[in-house]
Order: sequence, then structure tokens, then C-alpha cells
Amino acid sequence: MSDKILIAGNWAIGEAAIRAGCRFYAGYPITPQNELTEYMAENMRRAQGGTFIQAESEIAAVNMVLGASSAGARAMTSSSSPGISLKQEGISALAADELPAVIVNMMRGGPGLGNILPSQGDYFQATRGGGHGDYRTIVLAPASVQELADLTMDAFDLADKYRNPVMILGDGMTGQMMEPVEFGKPRPRRYNEKYILKGAGDGKSKFVRALILDALRMEEHNWKLVRKYRVIEQNEVRFETYKTGNARLIIIAYGIAARIAKGAINRLRDSGMKVGLIRPITLWPFPAQIIRDTAERIDRFLVFEMSTGQMIDDVKLALEGRGHVSFYGRPGGVVPTPAELAKAIVQEYRR
Amino acid sequence: MKKVFSRPRSLKSTPFHYCAGCGHSIIHRVICEVIDELGIRGITIGVPPAGCAVVAYNYFDVDMLEAPHGRGCAVATGIKRTLPDRVVFSYQGDGDLAAIGTAETFHAANRGENITVIFINNAVYGMTGGQMAPTTLLGQASTTSPPGRNAILDGHPIRMSEILSNLEGTAYIERVAVNSAQNILRAKKALKKAFQYQMDGAGFNMIEVLSQCPTNWKMNTVEACRWVDEVMSKTFPIGVIKDTVKGRKDAD
Repeated sequence: MSDKILIAGNWAIGEAAIRAGCRFYAGYPITPQNELTEYMAENMRRAQGGTFIQAESEIAAVNMVLGASSAGARAMTSSSSPGISLKQEGISALAADELPAVIVNMMRGGPGLGNILPSQGDYFQATRGGGHGDYRTIVLAPASVQELADLTMDAFDLADKYRNPVMILGDGMTGQMMEPVEFGKPRPRRYNEKYILKGAGDGKSKFVRALILDALRMEEHNWKLVRKYRVIEQNEVRFETYKTGNARLIIIAYGIAARIAKGAINRLRDSGMKVGLIRPITLWPFPAQIIRDTAERIDRFLVFEMSTGQMIDDVKLALEGRGHVSFYGRPGGVVPTPAELAKAIVQEYRR
Repeated sequence: MKKVFSRPRSLKSTPFHYCAGCGHSIIHRVICEVIDELGIRGITIGVPPAGCAVVAYNYFDVDMLEAPHGRGCAVATGIKRTLPDRVVFSYQGDGDLAAIGTAETFHAANRGENITVIFINNAVYGMTGGQMAPTTLLGQASTTSPPGRNAILDGHPIRMSEILSNLEGTAYIERVAVNSAQNILRAKKALKKAFQYQMDGAGFNMIEVLSQCPTNWKMNTVEACRWVDEVMSKTFPIGVIKDTVKGRKDAD
């Protein structure tokens, strides 16, 4: 019998996390991701050795995750845009301490409190580290509930593999829509015991810290992190291409915006217009090479984001001046229809 | 010859970086004596703060995870919930615990997290150079209250121990000092009781330590020790503030 069930995105993240061995979750209520916190409240307590804590703040939640991660738990916290701003202190600490953790951001309209509608305005924050200091988080951008489930499982493995925080960057729509999901088989955890603080026993004590007062040693720690980031950039880039083969114009979009773009592309293809899609699945590391390679054949790109234009910077960096890049964006919680996007694409296509 | 004094096993041989007359080094040593006497070095995990004790891991020979400023109780919560059979303590100063980390402290206490918090109250921000702390006394001069703390402009010194003792989740709270041999012995007894209570699963417990800071108080060591008795302990009286375990025994 198939394991396929109909499930909302936020629940799928929770279920996938528990199946992947997540045993510590701390969160704070914020729309549009409350279903995930509630799912964990219900199900984490039932999982053997599982801890659910409704924290007093986003800051407390991420710092609880810091403690749980150092003590060896697969740990996760989740929030939406304003709450993720508060978590940045802890994400920076996790990166500095080289501790694994999964942070879920179901983005909503901003800046400030903004609104509770789906948006993609946190791209810069997510892909540039977000908090203070020189660091990066791996950022995964799911475009379906199935992918939310798959990438949540992968996120824990990536966090362990690189001892680095991993962010799942979704939005209010992917979190709340229901789709059929088949949960994958989680891989056994591979995480070296030597990184876990559990008491020194009879041996030598260990400590984990981010404060390095000596400038040269702090610099060395920074370069060490950068060497790790280079490995991640080489090994972990993920993207999807859709109907790019004979395309004359390429849309670049991620997450729910890419779903909308596919709808638009299908309409345009029906009318004979050769339009394709590159969908970054990892936003950091960014799939720059495929964009650069595509520019050898196709010189017109349209970046579509539910923001005023953030990923477009990475597209331009990838292209290094090649091709022509245009932009269509709907920030603030507006979700355009495929028909609306198709119109914008046609204008660009006929230019 | 009988050995009457030696470095505790749980205390590394690294010389302390603390100023002459500072209370931190005394408190570190006493905690390590307690850890040794309870035989818990191998199962203890400490959480040092941002502040003067930020490099406590250079001294404590137990596993340690540095907390971001103020988050000691949240970090300790994450560790303790993951490893409930370990002994977990958070070591925090007054700015850390009673200003930037008030929420984390208050709610960990309210949840009754089974951890031990060692709260170093020296009435100033020591590491950053003597700014006004939430515990700075009325009239006490600091670099950010140069004419002396003024209640109307700067608010009042916060008595965290008394405040937390009103929460259902707290099991044991005592305020001690380390300005005399007698007080150090009392402090050690309190710390030992706190760790023992944690091992017995009693819930949140906190030892507030009035700790002299001669450098930022601009006093010599003798004056600073005297100031704890004559001035500081008038606002922050020494003694047991709450002990539910003892209370329960008394009820029997």
C-alpha cells in the first residue's frame, strides 16, 4: 500500500521532521506557520525522547535549539518573517559554533509586521546569513508540499553533514495548501559523537564557543568557515529546469512563484511561445552555473519574485553581464495568477 | 603529611584572568569543589554567559556551551530537556540574567526547568567597564549613572531572587555572598544543595551570589568586601528566599 496522504504543507514539515529523527522542537506562535507548531505539540510529545516547548519568544526558541543541538538532538524551530528576524542572533551563534539545526521560515508580507499573506521578501536575509558576522546558512526553497516533506528530511542530513544551520524558506501558501505527499525513507543519522556535549565522563572536557578574542584566531575561524562554504557551494547546488530546451526566454523563479511560473509557461507554450523555467531549489548555494551555461544559448531572462526584486541580484551576478534580465514582482502578500504573469511574460517575449 | 588544600579536580590549572579581589574566581572554585564532592564532573554541562565569565570554559573542567548574551536559561533548557540525566547549570551575571535575559530566566523558572542557575550580582556591568546594571543600587555611581542611580530617571534595583520566588516553578532560591570566609562556606553549602536538588529532580533552583567588583566599584578589596556587608546586602539581603523541598519535609 502506498504511503501517500493528503496533508497541508506545515504539517508535512512536522511529520517529515519527526520521521527524520528530529526530537527537539521549540517554537512561538506566528501566522502563517502555526499549524507546524501545533503539529509538533501534538506529535513530538508522542515521539520517543521527543521534546516540544512553546517558548516565550523566538529568541528563546532558537537558543533552546542551540542547547539541544549541542547535546546531540536533531533540533528544529520554525517561524514566519518577523519571528525569523528575532532568531538571527541564534542562527549566527549556530553558524559560529558549527552546530546543526533546521530553521523553517514560512515567509509573509513585510517589512515590519507586514501582513500574514504569502510573500518572498526574506530572500536577502536568508541567503546572506541574516544575522551578524561572516557566515552562510544553506537555504532550501520548496515549491510543493511533497518537496517540503523531502527537503525537510534532507535539511537535517545537510545540517549534520556540514554542521551548519539549514533554512527551509517557504511561504504562507506552501505552508497552508494541501497536496498528496509520499514520505521518503529517512537515512540513518551520520553525526560524529565527538561534537556532542554530554558530560566529560572520565575524559577530557569539551567546550563550544563563538567568542574568539584573538584577532588572528578569529580570522582563522572565519576562513575555516569559508572553506566549508566553498565545499557546500561545490556539492549541494540544486535546481530544476522546465522546458528550457528550445526556449527563447527563461523565467527564473523559486518556491511558490515557480509554481505560478509553470502555469504561465504552459499557457504560453499552448500559444506557441517558447518559454522555459530555471527554478533554484537551493537559494544558497545559488545555482549560478546553470544560469551562466544557459546564457550561452539564450540571452533573455525574466526573474519573477513575490518581492520587489532580491534574487535578481544573484541572477545578475551569475550572468556576469551576459544576456538581458528583466523583472516582474508582486511584493507585500500579493499572489499573481499564472494568467497575470503570462501577460507580463508576453510583453517581454515580444520586445 | 595530610593534604588539606588542593585545586579541585573540576578546576583547570589555568590562572584566572579576573581582577584582583573579584568574586568570580572564588565562586568558580567553590562550584568546582561542589562538583567534585558530589562526584558529578563527568555528567555536568555548564553554560557560561557573555560578561566577565565568558571564558569560564578556560577554568571549569566540565563540558560547556557558551550562550549568547542573556540566553543561558534557554540554552540550558535545550540541553537539560535533551539529556535529563545530566546536571546542567547556567552561570550568569546581573546584566545577562536580569536585563537582556530577563524573559529567558523568568520563563525557564516558571516552567520549573530542572536546572541550576548561578546568578552573579555585582551591581554593575563588569566586562564592559562599569555601566549601570539592573541591580545597581540607588545612589550608586556607574559610568552610565555618573551622579548615582536615580530612581526617577533610572528605575530601581531589581531583586530577581524575590521576583522568581513568586513563581510556582521555582524550587529553591538563596542569596549568598563571597566577601568573607564564613559567607564563602555558606555559599558553598547553598550551591551544593542546589545541585543536589537538581539531581533529585526538584525543579528550577537559583543561587544569587553578591560578588565584589573592586575595579568597577573603584574600591580596594577590603573596602569592596566591607561594602557588600554594609551597603549591598541592605538592598539584597542574604539568606534562603525559597526552599520548597525543605518546606515539604517540614510538612511531613
